[in-house]
Amino acid sequence: MSFFSQAWAIVRKDLVTELRGASTIVSMVLLGLLVVLVFNFGVEPGTASASLARSGVLWSAFLFSGVIAVGRSFASEKEAGCMDGLLLCPVDRGVIYLGKLIGNLILVFATGLIILLFWTAIYNVGIGGAWFGLLLLLVLATIGMSTLGTLFAAVAAGVRARDALLTVFIFPLLIPLVIGAAHMSTMLLSGKTLGEAGMWPWILVVYDVVFLAVSFMVFDFVVED
Amino acid sequence: MTTRGAESEVAGSAESLEAPTVAAAVLVRNLRKDYGHHEALRGVDLRLDPGTFLTIFGPNGAGKTTFMKVLSTLTRPTEGIVHVGGKDVVKDAPEVRKRVGVISHNTYLYAQLTGLENLEFYAGMYRVPNGRQRALSLLKRMDLFTRMDDRVGGYSRGMQQRLSVARALLHDPELLLLDEPYTGLDQHASRVLAEVLQGLRDGTRTVIMTTHNIQEGLSGCDRVAILVEGQFVYDRRVADIDTSSFQHTYFTCVHEELPEED
Repeated sequence: MSFFSQAWAIVRKDLVTELRGASTIVSMVLLGLLVVLVFNFGVEPGTASASLARSGVLWSAFLFSGVIAVGRSFASEKEAGCMDGLLLCPVDRGVIYLGKLIGNLILVFATGLIILLFWTAIYNVGIGGAWFGLLLLLVLATIGMSTLGTLFAAVAAGVRARDALLTVFIFPLLIPLVIGAAHMSTMLLSGKTLGEAGMWPWILVVYDVVFLAVSFMVFDFVVED
Repeated sequence: MTTRGAESEVAGSAESLEAPTVAAAVLVRNLRKDYGHHEALRGVDLRLDPGTFLTIFGPNGAGKTTFMKVLSTLTRPTEGIVHVGGKDVVKDAPEVRKRVGVISHNTYLYAQLTGLENLEFYAGMYRVPNGRQRALSLLKRMDLFTRMDDRVGGYSRGMQQRLSVARALLHDPELLLLDEPYTGLDQHASRVLAEVLQGLRDGTRTVIMTTHNIQEGLSGCDRVAILVEGQFVYDRRVADIDTSSFQHTYFTCVHEELPEED
């Protein structure tokens, strides 16, 4: 098996495990939908404040549900010592990181898509011509969230208070991503294009590339005992 | 610190280290491992010829699991040389991993996958040629063939441990590390596992086992060592000792301390 087919074997294993257990994806979707729903009662529909708040609601829901996914990705490996089982295999550590990352990308993107659709229905958002831009934004946010989350989930996996530790580490680092995504989605929904969003799309691209590169470089040290 | 009752026997261990007639399956020189200020291993030496079955006894916290982790590349030594099949566990870690199989009280199995899926997954990770055939063959050998399509979460502890043995043998390792494999097993499951482990002795595969159970530990091994506070204080061939009094020897090694040397 090649580097990529071994990484894919990890993705397949993670997805099969998740679909059979279904605990993570159910938690992610429910939390995301609840955040969207609860915030809906806090703003008066049709007002200017509702228009401004809705983008923040979307990306907050995405953030909270995404953290559940990345947090579980390594926690599940700790059961029955499976993380050690993986580390004992003669595979490049990059294979393990890539496999875990792709698994998280799929879960986070799928959940983000469900939240996005629910959000458009609850807030009565007319996406119109902005759907492509929003989808691209979702892809960029998913990459950023999964890249960073996968790395920090590996750091936190061996710690007793891993959930608290993960959120403490990851939320501050994800702030630029969430602000950028919220800002751009507001612009897109007001009829502007990504080209008119200034540096924001590039900030997200650079954010993704930098954390992807750093994660690949340091993952070996992170999983070292 | 050393141990009064075991002093001469430790010398016997040193003697065996000076007789490298064949290439060592495992060679350890002055191995030290620190976790912060805690010294888990304090200058461990060991040489094992291919095909040797070594059982390591020791109380909790003696460093047995740390020693196994170093041999399996799960943790790096702080100091010293550790070679498995002539490969350095730090510089040639991927090569060492190809040669080592590990069975511990953790099964390393995914509860949501079936027995066959677990083995196929690990066969892929070890790049085992004809992984599915190898997995099926091992499932038959471990008497799990009829349950191979059941999820591992539904297996008994004994069945999981037998599947764990199959997982560790997938890539036909030269060195098998058994880290307290009997933990959590009932008497029947322990006996079945002991039979399975005995079946692995083919004269070429080197086995190192750690255990607290003296009876199971002495059964079938040809060398026995005692690790106390990060040091081997006893190391003998089983043929040279009186196994009936080994329990007394063990307690002497663990509990009696020599006065500090001048």
